[in-house]
Amino acid sequence: MPTETPTVPVSSPEESPTTGTDSPHVLDVHDVTVAYHRRPVLWDIDVTIDQPALVGIVGPNGAGKSTLIKAILGLVRLASGSVSFFGQPYSSARSRIGYVPQRGSVDWDFPVSVLDVVLMGVFGKLGWFRRPKAADREWAMECLRQVGLADMHTRQIGQLSGGQQQRVFLARALAQRASLYFMDEPMAGVDAATERVIFEQLGQLRQQNKTVIVVHHDLRTVPHYFEEVILLNMRLVAYGRTEEVFTPENLRKTYGGQLGILTDVATSMASKGIRP
Amino acid sequence: MSLTTSDFLAAWWTIAVGTLSNASCAILGCYLLLRRMSLLGDAISHAILPGIAIAFLLTGKIASFPIFLGAMGIGVLTAFLTQLIHRGGVTEDASLGVVFTSLFAIGVIMVSAIHSVDLDPGCVLYGLIDAVPLTTQPFLGFEVPPAVGTMGSVLIVVLLFVNIFWKELKLVSFDPDLATSMGISATLVHYLLMAMVAGVTVTSFEAVGAILVVAMLIVPAATAHLLTDRLWSMMLVAVGVGFLSSLFGYIGALLLDTSVAGMMSVVAGLLFLLAVFFSPRYGVVSKVWHNLALTLRISGEDIIATIYRAEERAGGKTSGAGIGLGESLRAAGGGIVGWLAVAGFWWQGLLDCRGSLLILTPDGRRRARSLVRSHRLWELFLEENVELPLDHLHDPAERVEHFIDRHLQEELNDVLESPRKDPHGRPIPPLDSMDEA
Repeated sequence: MPTETPTVPVSSPEESPTTGTDSPHVLDVHDVTVAYHRRPVLWDIDVTIDQPALVGIVGPNGAGKSTLIKAILGLVRLASGSVSFFGQPYSSARSRIGYVPQRGSVDWDFPVSVLDVVLMGVFGKLGWFRRPKAADREWAMECLRQVGLADMHTRQIGQLSGGQQQRVFLARALAQRASLYFMDEPMAGVDAATERVIFEQLGQLRQQNKTVIVVHHDLRTVPHYFEEVILLNMRLVAYGRTEEVFTPENLRKTYGGQLGILTDVATSMASKGIRP
Repeated sequence: MSLTTSDFLAAWWTIAVGTLSNASCAILGCYLLLRRMSLLGDAISHAILPGIAIAFLLTGKIASFPIFLGAMGIGVLTAFLTQLIHRGGVTEDASLGVVFTSLFAIGVIMVSAIHSVDLDPGCVLYGLIDAVPLTTQPFLGFEVPPAVGTMGSVLIVVLLFVNIFWKELKLVSFDPDLATSMGISATLVHYLLMAMVAGVTVTSFEAVGAILVVAMLIVPAATAHLLTDRLWSMMLVAVGVGFLSSLFGYIGALLLDTSVAGMMSVVAGLLFLLAVFFSPRYGVVSKVWHNLALTLRISGEDIIATIYRAEERAGGKTSGAGIGLGESLRAAGGGIVGWLAVAGFWWQGLLDCRGSLLILTPDGRRRARSLVRSHRLWELFLEENVELPLDHLHDPAERVEHFIDRHLQEELNDVLESPRKDPHGRPIPPLDSMDEA
């Protein structure tokens, strides 16, 4: 039943406990469309997260999972639609938002130590010009401790394994002290120990009433890790509680071939839009 | 040739101007390199020409400060136009190429239209560094060449810029998306950096010329990146490379009677080559050394494993069996590597001699047993899991045995359920602890 409509409310407003003094919704993505070079890659996405949750985003390669996160964070321009956080625009809410980009998006030969990278998590709260203080360093060390890398804090980041690098990114996110996190494939290509650490930390964030939205690639672990799931393939296939929307039928819709028409239309728009 | 005081002063001032200008370029070059935009320095050095012309048109004279401002404006414009075209669907490098060549061409047209500006190509390439000591003027109470004052001021501006925006520049260079999501706009920081690069480029042009500026924006940073693993130490080393290039470039130019700026660039290139060879992490020498050490370890291990098998055939460790030197050299693959491996393992106390035979010490026997254990576990694993025929097992195991540590041994042992015999029916030696117990 819920698979018929793209947006499935998590719970009705009456059931929803007060999640904060100021916030009607944790996140409200309203009718968002994103285009690269006029070729739409995300169509009319509507997602409203009412209360803290661990939310997975799944979909095939090229479904626009990373793009959705970047669009929500204002890193790519919206062709149309709007996004609000705790009822506020991004510019007012950004101190409450944390971001973990894909591990491959940065240069790990960069001449900084592990602690330096974690310390970057507090730069947002510091704003322009202000320097991190001793207390900020302490806090960064504490975050490193939580992901089990405290004894490696002086290493250059390139000397870590892939899983350890991913944990450094997680520690940096913890250092942001956000209430809403976006994580892009934090468990891609990591070892078992790292996956366990990340999952533990997700659980702890959830216990602190925080929301974590995670692009995830491993379908088998989705029901185990996430309370809610966003099924995405250029459009929103389904969003809701995992046990309700993570169904074979929805997965077929997400990963199946019937979206070919969307790609065709997008290509046609791109060709008419740019080149005669 | 006898050196006079004025020769010495000339040398001193030329090296000083070179060092000041190189330091500014080297510091900003670190950011360009880390952001993978090294060629942007080259591009901007072309693109600023219309900025110079406009500054000249507005003020009517060639003065450092208006030209500095004009160049900074064009630097930002270059970055902005590049992004604009890139967003229209052109790749970033092509956008940059289009923008800087067009701006340069516009600059050439403007300069040739203003007949009163005399642009000497030689002067653009090499700058006036050879002429640095010829004139002096008072600066803070000292008689110094004007270029020292200009380049000193530029360096101070660069140091202030890097100091004020240290955190922002580092974050934006490492992870621009995170920076932007935090409200520290990567685009804004990028424009600031471009303005600085353009300003430094144009002022350095006059003093040292285009060749040296472009070289100094790239080479010291690239050299320092090979040698350091912190941003501040990278900058220090880059500035050091700038100084050494200046010093030895000047000396080289004197000796060979050639262009000072050109020679300084050549020295920077040579310093980079040195770093390529001797860098501890990426250097050719350290790679060769690591490869040699690995080869010696593998050869040595092959020797002690051969002795261990000889002991096994002779009835165990009490047999005191050994192998001749010739056989051990063959086990090691022969040649000088074999000799070095034998000497190395003897020196480490793993091998000993008895008469003409090489025998194992207790330490050597422990190490050899672990190797043979790895070898036979791996053979069994290959047979059971990859289903290779018997005669295909030995060669892969011979290679892999050197890389199976204690931890992997245990894993293999668990997977294979603590086997006692390998596929050829030979015993798999137990762990040391079991042996002692």
